[in-house]
Amino acid sequence: MKSLIKSLAIAKKDVLMYYTKGPVVIFGILLPLFLFLAFSVGRSLPLNFLIAGLISMTVFFASTSVSPAIAPWEGQMRTLERLISCPIDEKTIILGDIIASMTFGVSISAVPILIGVVIGLIPSNPVVLLLGIIASAFCFSCLGLLFSAYPTNLPSTVMMISSLIRFPLIFISGIFIPVSEMPEWSRILAYLSPLTYFTDIARYSFDLMPAFPIYVDLLVITAFSALFLALAVELHKKAIYKRI
Amino acid sequence: MIAIEAEGLKKRFGNVEALKGVSFKVKRGETFGFLGPNGAGKTTTVRILTGILKPDSGKARINGYDVVEETLKAKQSIGVLPEVSNAYPDLTAWQNLMLVASLYGMRKNEAEKRTVKLLKEFGIYERKDSKVKGFSKGMKQRLMFCMALISDPEVVFLDEPTSGLDVLSARMIREKVLELASDGKTVFLTSHNMEEINMLCDRIALIDRGKIVTIDTPERIKAKVGGNVAVEVSFDKPVRLPRRLNAKKLGDKYIIYTTAVHETICEIVDYAKKNNVKIVSIDTRTPTLEDAFISLLEGTK
Repeated sequence: MKSLIKSLAIAKKDVLMYYTKGPVVIFGILLPLFLFLAFSVGRSLPLNFLIAGLISMTVFFASTSVSPAIAPWEGQMRTLERLISCPIDEKTIILGDIIASMTFGVSISAVPILIGVVIGLIPSNPVVLLLGIIASAFCFSCLGLLFSAYPTNLPSTVMMISSLIRFPLIFISGIFIPVSEMPEWSRILAYLSPLTYFTDIARYSFDLMPAFPIYVDLLVITAFSALFLALAVELHKKAIYKRI
Repeated sequence: MIAIEAEGLKKRFGNVEALKGVSFKVKRGETFGFLGPNGAGKTTTVRILTGILKPDSGKARINGYDVVEETLKAKQSIGVLPEVSNAYPDLTAWQNLMLVASLYGMRKNEAEKRTVKLLKEFGIYERKDSKVKGFSKGMKQRLMFCMALISDPEVVFLDEPTSGLDVLSARMIREKVLELASDGKTVFLTSHNMEEINMLCDRIALIDRGKIVTIDTPERIKAKVGGNVAVEVSFDKPVRLPRRLNAKKLGDKYIIYTTAVHETICEIVDYAKKNNVKIVSIDTRTPTLEDAFISLLEGTK
């Protein structure tokens, strides 16, 4: 419990320090919006399909924009040394960063949901959607931490690494083309992306036929979260001392 | 009781052996100075003792807790003022202190009371709601000192606490160090300022190239110079003094450490007469800590 309170203090610090940083706003909010407009304008796609896709992209980009940036910034400002000299372990720091990143993803998801409401699209399964958003924001935040496992103190390097991974994931996760309409080879790739399963939940929440049962989506997202979290903790335990 | 204990600490960074078996003990309530030239291993030692770095071998304990095996218990009783300012620039002074208090597990009420007290003591209470990025170096250093003391730690590590500060801020920091000592806290102080170390520390360790050269009280270290009087002389032009005087050139002055003051001065005067040079100034004084520092370091080369 004490450790969780300390993680929450770190998360609060992250919120105050990093939510308004340029790369977070650009990569977390503006980029998914522009990317989405670039691929949807001029195509005659149903509105519920588009809004579900926009929600998926927003949660994905927002949740993966905060967590990878924190460690290099902290290393650069020498504040990481301050944290390590306090009576907290690496897991507490990592959990704090994940909570901050996840909260950003969950909060920003309200924007496309509100856009949907304004144009008359109300999610038919809000509880499932909320569960999916929370679970996937956690999962994507853990994934974001993996991007910064390389021990550099240059946020631009980490952002480049994260872009290299995030953009391909967008195209293979059924956001622009449903998984069922993909060729066989790209369908296999889609199954390897956690974003595929959240996109499926978002589609289901807007009355579209899901590719998998919802409980499978949630289970797979949970499994990916456990894998990413375990990897992030292991890698950051080593990387954290190389940043000092 | 021993507050800080280092036992055969070794640390290597690539090909560089930063620490080659550093050992010392600091008693509870003692103010312990840690001196050494740049790159000697001071900051590496402090980082190991504060749990920021892990040693390759050797042991370090704080209040009996091993800094590697029982790192959280060891860190709970320390406060750290690092060499480089590392408060969060986009947080206010208040938010920085409350963050550190939370990380030490302090209750909100207790943390707030302590924060107000420290900010007032260090003269920055009026700026408590200002972001740290707008602070001067002196104000940042005072805030960092507050952050080091927020949990009322038993052991305080101060790494170059007055480096680059204006006279008033440096004086305030020194007074706080003396207050900590009178409150029975253990202070581990690294500094390049010899006068500061001389004035504040009960004992001093001198480290060079990863090895402890000597550990003793300031006065005993000064006595190790080899003579109890330093003769400082300058001439109207460059000279080459006899080797037996063992003179050290410092700027336009020569310093000779001796126990035979009369004979040494006579020899200098004779030399000046024979070589047709004029003595511009001549002075005698007891050796300073800086003299001892230089002499001991030269002895290790």
